[in-house]
Amino acid sequence: MTRYILQRLALLPLLMVIYSFVIFVIIQAPPGDFLTAYVATLASSGSSISQEQIEAWRAQYGLDQPMVVQYFLWVQHLVQGNFGLSLEYQRPNADLIGEQIGLTLALALFSFFLTWAIAIPAGIYSATHPRSIGDHILTVINYIGVATPNFMLALILMWVAFAYFDLSVTGLYSPEYADAPWSWGKLWDLLAHLWLPALVLGIAGTARLSRIMRANLLDELNKPYVVTARAKGMKEWRLVLRYPVRLAFNPLISTIGWYLPMLFSGSLIVATVMNLPNIGPLLLRALVNQDMYLAGGILLIYSFLTIVGTLLSDILLALVDPRIRVAG
Amino acid sequence: MTTADITVGKEAEDRIAVASNWKLVWWRFRRHHLAMASAVLLIFMYAIVLVPDFFSTQDPERTDARQAFIPVQTVHLFDDGSFSPWVPAIVGKRNPTTLRMEWTTDPKRKVPVTFFGTGYKWKVFGLFETNRHLITPVDPNQRIFLLGSDRLGRDQWSRIMHGTQTSMTVGLVAVALSVILGVVLGGISGYVGGKTDSVIQRLIELLQSVPTIPIWLALSAALPRDWTPIQIFFAITVILSLVGWTTLGREVRGRFLALREEDFVLAARLAGCSRMRIILRHMVPTFLSHIIATSSLAIPVMIINETSLSFLGLGIRPPAISWGVLLQEAQNIQTLALAPWLLIPGVVVIVAVLAFNLVGDGLRDAADPYSH
Amino acid sequence: MSAAAQPLLSVRDLRVSFALDEGLVRAVDGTSFDVMPGQVLGVVGESGCGKSVTMRAILQLIERPGRITKGEIHFRRDSGVVDLAQLPPRGAEMRDIRGGEIALIPQEPMAAFSPVHTVGDQIVEAILLHSHRWQPDRKLGRREARDITVGLFRDVGISMPEQRIDTYSWQLSGGLRQRAMIAMALSCKPRLLIADEPTTAIDVTTQAQVLALLRDLQARYNTAIIFITHDLGVIAQMASYVVVMYLGRVMEEGPVDDIFHAPKHPYTRALLRSIPSLYGQTRVALPVISGALPHPFNRPPGCPFHPRCPDVMPRCSAEVPRLMPVGASQLASCFLHHEEAEQP
Repeated sequence: MTRYILQRLALLPLLMVIYSFVIFVIIQAPPGDFLTAYVATLASSGSSISQEQIEAWRAQYGLDQPMVVQYFLWVQHLVQGNFGLSLEYQRPNADLIGEQIGLTLALALFSFFLTWAIAIPAGIYSATHPRSIGDHILTVINYIGVATPNFMLALILMWVAFAYFDLSVTGLYSPEYADAPWSWGKLWDLLAHLWLPALVLGIAGTARLSRIMRANLLDELNKPYVVTARAKGMKEWRLVLRYPVRLAFNPLISTIGWYLPMLFSGSLIVATVMNLPNIGPLLLRALVNQDMYLAGGILLIYSFLTIVGTLLSDILLALVDPRIRVAG
Repeated sequence: MTTADITVGKEAEDRIAVASNWKLVWWRFRRHHLAMASAVLLIFMYAIVLVPDFFSTQDPERTDARQAFIPVQTVHLFDDGSFSPWVPAIVGKRNPTTLRMEWTTDPKRKVPVTFFGTGYKWKVFGLFETNRHLITPVDPNQRIFLLGSDRLGRDQWSRIMHGTQTSMTVGLVAVALSVILGVVLGGISGYVGGKTDSVIQRLIELLQSVPTIPIWLALSAALPRDWTPIQIFFAITVILSLVGWTTLGREVRGRFLALREEDFVLAARLAGCSRMRIILRHMVPTFLSHIIATSSLAIPVMIINETSLSFLGLGIRPPAISWGVLLQEAQNIQTLALAPWLLIPGVVVIVAVLAFNLVGDGLRDAADPYSH
Repeated sequence: MSAAAQPLLSVRDLRVSFALDEGLVRAVDGTSFDVMPGQVLGVVGESGCGKSVTMRAILQLIERPGRITKGEIHFRRDSGVVDLAQLPPRGAEMRDIRGGEIALIPQEPMAAFSPVHTVGDQIVEAILLHSHRWQPDRKLGRREARDITVGLFRDVGISMPEQRIDTYSWQLSGGLRQRAMIAMALSCKPRLLIADEPTTAIDVTTQAQVLALLRDLQARYNTAIIFITHDLGVIAQMASYVVVMYLGRVMEEGPVDDIFHAPKHPYTRALLRSIPSLYGQTRVALPVISGALPHPFNRPPGCPFHPRCPDVMPRCSAEVPRLMPVGASQLASCFLHHEEAEQP
């Protein structure tokens, strides 16, 4: 068990190296380099920069050297916590990302728990009441949930709220808390704003999860151990929760492996549409404006979160399933 | 007590006994009414893909700033009890305080329309020219907006027809690429095994743990600015199928691994069949229907991804039209409150994806011989 | 009559049917039999003859779309006789009986344990559910239930019970798994044990050990057992009384010696002829029962066995023979032996 986790952990740096290289190649692909773009931006805003400064940076980022050298310099800076400068914001990228990363994680994780809290009971209900009216209604909702793109749902909700209730559902804080220091009131205000984007973000995942839960549980309910448990004289709902639900739940844990990363990625779209503080919109702007070190930094963070999400699901699966824990 | 192999009568039994696998799949599929209805809808949508101009009422690029944000004009088929299709006329008045044009339908004025009439010129498959359209105003100088117009006064109906062509094709081509990659690499992985297998498996794992949307965005942002819409289109489909093939690859590999141990494969090998013949004649047919079902479930995912990418401005780019490009018009909430019909392309997306999912689920159930 | 001569369980004209999309399947179609206290009753028949469904009906474990449509299942509790068929399947009384007074040993010990809970955990749970059968005046603690389980494991011949109790079922061998299952079934000192083909899924040598164990435990606790199997050899070893079923009906019943040495029903005779014998001629094809088991949708009218019966008479396809006493100790439902037909 410990060995298994250690093996997975050992793989993490290797994966990060591969990703960082691929990301570097991608952000380098557009013509021109970071500094030329930077100088052009400065010139367009009327300010200028000394030739010495440009040369110093050129040396620092290795811009006159082959790409491989530039890559190693970039990684070297990254390891020191230096994500480079944003040419659009004229600020260190690390600061820009740091301001948004907390809320990015909060949105994804909150959405994760919210969707599980909805999907699991819904799936259990459907499986224990197959072909009932409730099951049919849930099935219809699930189909529509899977078919609706995140941004579409966000647009519809915002439009309805704006046009019919004169409400703005964008942003994460009420105006009075926007610049206030952290307090319980601010946290409450945040959660009150967060649940809607979290739900929007998780809608497809909720639908898929509850379908999987329903199918798994229907399979498990036909297994002989359920008959054994019934023959013991257990109460039906206790029995269902203790045995088949437990077994139907295990494969769901392996879905965390794709679900958490999906939420991190998907939050990009929802956050852009709903105008939330998030590294997603930051990445989008960086890509459009060729702010490449900022884009690279954010892409690396996405990759890291994705790998960690997958790793977490593997470890969790081993923890809850004795068949993997003991045998693996 | 098992309830398997239920016979419905001697005659039916004989019919089932001689039916080919495809016939059985078709019979089972036909029983899913929703899936059948969805299949018909999809066939209709692909008809639009073939000749979007025929279904359009006007050139999708024709702009007229004076006709911005015109609301939906519904087609009425009967006038005074006799068949004479028309749409209500729209009159505009400038609001003196907001200085905005406000459009209202004029119940007294009707704009007569006709089916299979003549309109702007277009080429069928780029070969021969025609000016026939499904529906056109009788007066060629009139413009009709069946689904309203956008901020540049372009006709949304015609733009959706052209967007359908792009978006449905992206889905299809991207899935076709995924299937080719998935079947070839998954097949090699499963059949050859050994080192090749583990290399391909590691590649699949690597690709599956990629943060998809950010990487797609970065890749399409890296596409050269001077590429033509066609080049961009193909680049986007390649980008989408880059990750899409992995699921199929895994599945095909799993099937190959399981089938390799099956007795009928051993029998074929003992009978002296060549490797290629075993794969093509004995193994592939057993999971072909399954692959088709899986692919039809992959198309809607591709469509959603393309739509999202284009919506964010990093997928299909104007002047090319796709559902995602159309939805960019709906990005501004104030605009949306003014012209809610700009959300209609999104409804089209949802309906198409829903139809694909229903057909895919129906196919999967029908293709699975153990589903009952 | 003395108490010992009264049946512990008495099934009368039990009918169970499954309403499937394609039609109604009558899986059990008028079955009657008695189980005496401490008796081992063998139920034989081909697969699909309704043996298992009958047993599930006794425990009220028939699931939709199946339903008990008719019949009585009288079971003698301490408090008096109850008709199990009338009890709500999920009600408190039925749950009290299930596992407490009637226990089940299922067919596949592998699948009958949850793979993610330890074996001991699942047995402790059963004991706690029926803890009054061990301690009438108070609830048992987990610790005590665990000690009881260790004792049960020792009783059923599982070595190192303290360790085995914390293992998962897939870590045990087939024989040990079935022993653990037996321990679970015995955990609440049931009066009646239903063993549903308990040895089909395990290999022959282990099979013999499990059978010996069951015989031994039966003698020790004087538990009545309904032993379901399609293996006549096992029946001969285990049972004192035999019920022969075909397509949801009892064809013949009687003491084991009479059934084996003087079978009355043509179906029983055919079954017995198809057992290989040590003294028979070698390299001669065994006689088989002609024809195939009809599909549940196409039940033959009249006596269900008549299409395959060597002694078929015109009457057999028109009327259903009743189960009637034939000879001193047996009962058979066959017009060869009596004239009584079932009332329509």
